[in-house]
Amino acid sequence: MAEYQNIFTTVQIRGPAYPGVPHEEGQRDRIGKPFFNYWVGKIGDSQIGPIYLGVSGVLSVLCGFIALFIIGFNMGASVGFSPMKFFQQFFWLALEPPSAEYGLHIPPLAKGGWWLITGFFLTVSILLWWVRTYRRAVALRTGTHMAWAFAAAIWLYLVIGFFRPLLMGSWSEAPPFGIFPHLDWTSAFSIAYGNLYYNPFHMLSIAFLYGSALLFAMHAGTILSVTRYGGDREIDQIVDRGTAAERAALFWRWTMGFNASMESIHRWAYWFSVLVVITGGIGILLTGTVVDNWYLWGIKHGLVPPYPVTGVPVPDPASLPGAL
Amino acid sequence: MRTTLFAKHKALPLAAVGVALLMAGGCERPPPQSTQLGYRGVGQIAFVNPRTLAALHEANIAPESLAPAVPIPVNAGSVYQNLQVLGDVPITEFTRQMSAIAEWVVPKDQWVNGQGCVYCHDLNNMAADTKYQKVVARSMIKMTKRANVDWKAHVAPSGVTCYTCHRGNAIPQYVWTTNPGEKPRASGYVGDQNRLSPVPAFASLPYDPLTTYFDQEKVVALTPKTAVSPIDPKTVNTKNAEGTYALMNYISKSLGVGCNHCHNSRQFADWAQSSPARVKGWYAIRMVREANKNFIMPLTDILPASRKGPLGDPMRVACETCHQGVNKPLFGAEMAKDYPALLTPPAPSPAPAAAPAAAAPPPAQVEAVPALEPKVTGVAGTASAVM
Repeated sequence: MAEYQNIFTTVQIRGPAYPGVPHEEGQRDRIGKPFFNYWVGKIGDSQIGPIYLGVSGVLSVLCGFIALFIIGFNMGASVGFSPMKFFQQFFWLALEPPSAEYGLHIPPLAKGGWWLITGFFLTVSILLWWVRTYRRAVALRTGTHMAWAFAAAIWLYLVIGFFRPLLMGSWSEAPPFGIFPHLDWTSAFSIAYGNLYYNPFHMLSIAFLYGSALLFAMHAGTILSVTRYGGDREIDQIVDRGTAAERAALFWRWTMGFNASMESIHRWAYWFSVLVVITGGIGILLTGTVVDNWYLWGIKHGLVPPYPVTGVPVPDPASLPGAL
Repeated sequence: MRTTLFAKHKALPLAAVGVALLMAGGCERPPPQSTQLGYRGVGQIAFVNPRTLAALHEANIAPESLAPAVPIPVNAGSVYQNLQVLGDVPITEFTRQMSAIAEWVVPKDQWVNGQGCVYCHDLNNMAADTKYQKVVARSMIKMTKRANVDWKAHVAPSGVTCYTCHRGNAIPQYVWTTNPGEKPRASGYVGDQNRLSPVPAFASLPYDPLTTYFDQEKVVALTPKTAVSPIDPKTVNTKNAEGTYALMNYISKSLGVGCNHCHNSRQFADWAQSSPARVKGWYAIRMVREANKNFIMPLTDILPASRKGPLGDPMRVACETCHQGVNKPLFGAEMAKDYPALLTPPAPSPAPAAAPAAAAPPPAQVEAVPALEPKVTGVAGTASAVM
């Protein structure tokens, strides 16, 4: 059966692997003999490799593995290195930050010191990976958009795990390394500061997050629907607008009166996604440092919708005479 | 080309549906029943599944009350010796109460010749305190009386009897002891949390909130009551929240209710938006603290190791001990009213030597609502965290 093909669903061709465009920097550091994978070809290009690591990449992976192993061994130690318990409780296990009594001091290893060391290596690893994304972009003479988007995510990471604990004067305010524990930490954090939903930067972050998903779906749907007119070559269509771009634009103008252009839709998407973490980071940074209770802050600024309380309001028993 | 359901390229979606069905197998069958608890449209809704509720109803039936005793104006204390808490009960009612306690507390395999007495009593001298069970029972009767008399704010109108917790077991099914955690072999720091534990309802939150909040009386309230943060000191609060969250999960699980049974989740701390049930819970936390401190901990020395935890602390009570997954224990069956001996303060004690709780000073009373000593013990939160 003949199948409709565009550049998204290519016929998988097997030939000599493509080494990539020549460039001045890092040519010799490309490692690994490229190979092909049929199933990878179903979701992207079937060629895997060569890969480039370089100094920053190697150090980043090294630091990342150090962090990973410290977390893993601490999790293991907390269940007495029992493999059964490790697998049974894996989602519950974690490496916790120091308790509040240590403030910003360095606690003993078994009291959160490991957490600090892990945080250091993980952060170094992430920052080196950022260096790598920046330098590879320069080497390929592309823009550095990816590096700056990654930097936005790193901003949120650093706010949660480093800047805010510093401002609060306590490592105990940072999240643990663990699957469920970091999720439970998130809800506890919200409750501890009076409900994060009333934090306007949290609202913005969520709006951009859901907005990103919506934009992504709208854009993907639009382009897929016009690939039969060459819309899959959307970068060509930016400078050489063809019937694909015209039809896509017309669709949105008909359905909602406005259309993004082949170029601007990518700026929309880029800024929506980086603003998720930029606004989120601001919201977290203000929590506990500037605002103690977001609900009461919302009351103060007319943000909280009032609604009637059903039944008789109950008094705080602690406020009654003779109470604790 | 025509394709069938079982064509090769349909295998993947079919497998996905299969996996989804497998995962859904862990869910309860819909539909649940919903009840609106608060203002419309704000999610203040309680859900119950009628099928699981039916099973709970079956498992939580109060036993028939024993036939009323023939009233005889003779106090048990004038007939029997060594009656320290039930001395003022009429003799027939006293005997009836003893029979009821045997029914409620002594497992049938411990009965001898159709009688449960021997579980606590030395048959050669019924008055002797030779068995530890008898001394424990005395303290438990005091505890029950104390709850019915002074903790009406929590237990009224149903009141409590031995059966509320025991349900035919010598040790109630849901008791707790301090969890020392697993001694880590190396330096894994888990901060008393991050364990597969039923206590915080299988969250990775602190696994022993009962010791923290009931024994050590750590302050439960944590939410700052001002909008803007002070320059100094900062409200270092996230770990406090994890602790309180764990306790609340335990309470929620013990009562079979969601957060909004008591709270409006948009601001858990705000009493003005909370339901009256939260006030009951507030007193409950203090009642449990007192019950353990005054009526159970003093028994530590006489209890055998089988009644203690790994750290040698006695098995204690908390919410689940009575509630057993039900909002009102035994679905609110008013059992205590048929046992007047449990509804009065302990009779003046002729021989207080062996009475462990006699040392507890009578606390101040506010409209039959008892209050503990006006002090805040344990590792309290910040001063502002009282909302």
